[in-house]
Amino acid sequence: MKNIKFLTLALISILSFNACSSDDDTLPTPVNEEEIITTVNVTLTPQGTEGTVITLQKQDLDGDGPNAPTFNVSGDLIAGVIYDGSIELLNETENPAEDITEEVEEESDDHQFFYTLNGGLDLTTTYTNFDNDGNNLGTEFTLEAGAASNGTLTFTLRHEPSKPNTGLSDAGGETDVEATFSLNIL
Amino acid sequence: MRLFLLMLLLISSQFAVSQNCTNTLTGTVVDLHDNSMLIDAKVTVSETQQIALTDFEGKFSISNLCNKTYTLEVYHAFCNSKTYKIDISGNLEKVFRLEHHLEELNEIILEGKHIKEITKTTLENKISKEELERNSAKSLGDVLNNISGVTSLNTGNTIVKPIINGLHSSRVAVMNDGLRMEDQDWGSEHAPNIDINAIDNITVIKGASALQYSGSAIGGIIVTEMAKTPVKDSLYGKTIATGSTNGRGGSITSQLTKSYKSGWYGKVQGSTKRFGDFNAPDYNLSNTGVFERSFSLRAGINQFNSGVEAYYSLYKVKTGILRASHIGGAEDQVRAINSAEPLIIEDFTYDIDAPYQDVEHQIARIKAFKKFNNLGTLNFQYGFQQNKRLEFDVRRGEDKDEASLDLKLSTHTLLLDLDSKISSTSKLKLGLTGQYQTNFADPSTGVRRLIPDYDKYNVGAYAILDKKINNQLLFEVGARFDYTYLDAYKFYRTSFWESRNYDTIFQDIVIEGDFGNQVLANPKLNFYNPSATAGVNYTFNDDYKLLFNYSLASRAPNPSELFSEGLHHSASRIELGDLQFNSETASKISLTLQRENNNFSFSINPYVNFIKDFIVIEPIEIQQTIRGNFQVWEYRQTNARLLGVDVNSAFKLTNNFKLNNQFSIVKGKDLSFNEALISMPAASTKNAIIYNNKKLNNLYLKLQSEYVFEQNEYPDNNFEVFIAETETTEIVDVSTPPAAYHLLSFNSSADFKLSNKTFLTVGLDVSNVFNTSYRNYLNRTRYYADELGRNFSVNIKINY
Repeated sequence: MKNIKFLTLALISILSFNACSSDDDTLPTPVNEEEIITTVNVTLTPQGTEGTVITLQKQDLDGDGPNAPTFNVSGDLIAGVIYDGSIELLNETENPAEDITEEVEEESDDHQFFYTLNGGLDLTTTYTNFDNDGNNLGTEFTLEAGAASNGTLTFTLRHEPSKPNTGLSDAGGETDVEATFSLNIL
Repeated sequence: MRLFLLMLLLISSQFAVSQNCTNTLTGTVVDLHDNSMLIDAKVTVSETQQIALTDFEGKFSISNLCNKTYTLEVYHAFCNSKTYKIDISGNLEKVFRLEHHLEELNEIILEGKHIKEITKTTLENKISKEELERNSAKSLGDVLNNISGVTSLNTGNTIVKPIINGLHSSRVAVMNDGLRMEDQDWGSEHAPNIDINAIDNITVIKGASALQYSGSAIGGIIVTEMAKTPVKDSLYGKTIATGSTNGRGGSITSQLTKSYKSGWYGKVQGSTKRFGDFNAPDYNLSNTGVFERSFSLRAGINQFNSGVEAYYSLYKVKTGILRASHIGGAEDQVRAINSAEPLIIEDFTYDIDAPYQDVEHQIARIKAFKKFNNLGTLNFQYGFQQNKRLEFDVRRGEDKDEASLDLKLSTHTLLLDLDSKISSTSKLKLGLTGQYQTNFADPSTGVRRLIPDYDKYNVGAYAILDKKINNQLLFEVGARFDYTYLDAYKFYRTSFWESRNYDTIFQDIVIEGDFGNQVLANPKLNFYNPSATAGVNYTFNDDYKLLFNYSLASRAPNPSELFSEGLHHSASRIELGDLQFNSETASKISLTLQRENNNFSFSINPYVNFIKDFIVIEPIEIQQTIRGNFQVWEYRQTNARLLGVDVNSAFKLTNNFKLNNQFSIVKGKDLSFNEALISMPAASTKNAIIYNNKKLNNLYLKLQSEYVFEQNEYPDNNFEVFIAETETTEIVDVSTPPAAYHLLSFNSSADFKLSNKTFLTVGLDVSNVFNTSYRNYLNRTRYYADELGRNFSVNIKINY
């Protein structure tokens, strides 16, 4: 008799469990990735009257999807000109696009941009913004174009680097952004 | 420790001066009903108060007996004790039969003490309660590593996933006291959610021959069981505490059982385990702590003809993942792999920070059985499982403390089977199973779902027949069929959807709507999976056995293989599944030659496993993203062959000294591409010398050497990446296995009687005695850090 009671209990529990699990047939909602960076915009504004504003863009709208990122460099740098540089990071999978730069700047202690030159490009970069401890952050910088040359400039954003550091080699951390642009100095 | 040694010395000197009577009584304690061996039966000589416990073969021996009549009391936990008068003149061998009540009564709970075979024609490896108790602070995977042919796929040292004969994850079924664990086992960094302190023994079946459990376990089946409760009025329990130096933590577990003569019983069990950062010989392994808690309740009634049991368990674990293993793209990977030490080493802490996993597993279950005179025993089981898995990554901004993965898997399982003896020589087992499973991936993580929402329905039926031809020969055949229906809702990136041509192949499963750059698909998949087994068991020359088994298993692809599409952060690679996969089918032939003898036992188990449409994941290209370059790994189906052999032997040197040896090797080959399969365990051998003296407080000393060879067969998946800062192209070596290594470990324990009913067992263990730095090919964090350094642990058990 007891067994029958238990079996009945078991059956009831199955039915009730099933009843509550087949609750709704509503469609799942899509996830908009909140952290993904789809776009890196670097704006170089000449300090003097010589030269024009130059923009560099790396964009990968499908994130980790199969489409390769696109690169766009609006023009050439002028030898001897000092540019004010600023970096903007966007998540364009959202509408309107989310400005990730703000997050990076809010967590300035945990982030740092690095600028790496390759292939004989003659220019120097200087950090112009810093974190709460006075260490380099680098979403803003100045760029001084040297003699006429060409090569590449790579912008690397590291998350949780060790600070202060002498450069990428001892910074550690994880790479959040890596954008390499081919540039000419005329 | 000094006191302990002193005590040992004192006790041993006592024995050295004992009487000069030299007769030895050896005996076997068996169950009156079916002649099965009774382990841990206590044999007491009333006159001399000598005590012996029976071993795994039900055997015991008492020496130093004089030529006279002795009174022997034989006692076993599940039997009424029995007294014998024995005339001793010279050495004597005798069989003692006890009436083992519970064997007949208790069908619900598979026996914990008995050696009972699950399959008749494959080699089964057991892990006893004693071994589980000795490893109380470890994980299921660690304990299973002690079996030849079983290795593990690790993530750090706390996420340990068993590999059986080279296969793991969805290819290995874990049966938790009759219920298959549904704990997101597709993930290679998802360990089984079982507390070993909640179970009483483990059996490993290498292969899919136990069709009553699963037809899809191409690798094998791990069967965990709980001990039965005696049908008598009693109250007993045990507590085990372990403390370890490496990780500066330990575990404590306690259980209490109350039983009544009427058949009613109840059991409550709880454990907690906490470790901080573990350390390698040369550095701290930052963020590798673990915090595990578990609790279970069991109550029921057992009567001769029927029984019912209700069970509930809750398991929670928070596991840190080596901080240095969380990296960005290929450029970070080069730095991490080329660095001799992990890139992030911080001071020891108990805190667990991102990346970490937080998993909760609950089981609620009801079992019942009823015996029918002409039919046999009917078993019924209903189980509900809920697995909640949260994974936390290193994140930025407002999402910093949010999980990156939030999955809830709920599973209802219904099992019905009938065990009948259709004649005196043949047994038939018939069964039906039904399962409903639903997975919910919480979108509030702000990270695209790794595994989509889905509903899965499964029905299965099986029949297994075994027939004894004569005392030497037994045949076993079985067949099973499973039908699975999967109904999923999955968001694909439009770019991926189109690159795979899914927009033409699967256009009718697309759900209309505006989802930005994503496509919502509703795949409804059907899988039909037949499985079968046939085998022979031949006994000859008394202690030799030859087992032959053929098994056919078929496994439907898991959600990860079907739906993966994106960056797998913990592996630093993009993983792509395929909606068009069909089931993989394995044919395994396994042969075992076994000798069971007191002086020299061995088993040799060669096998070959051909797997058609085997699903492997392999790198195909390098993909550029904003974060740099990532390797793209894609699942594909191929034909594979696994060939291997497991060897075990035990050699008795003297009454107290024993040598144990194990050797395993497995070779995996992708037959379509004619290359080695990735992540195959390297050959390994274990040799141990064991001293055990039952008379000397059951003193147990074991020195074990483990040698793991270098894996020399592996596919070359290395790739090149350009490093801007040095202007060089570097090879990212993700393929080359680490060098061979040798480890030495020491285990010891001794029992002390505190009072009539209270026993104390104290153990001291040392692992990695020489503090060797080494890396393990099958550890996912091997690129970044060494394995654990030396560890001392103390283990105290009180039975009351």
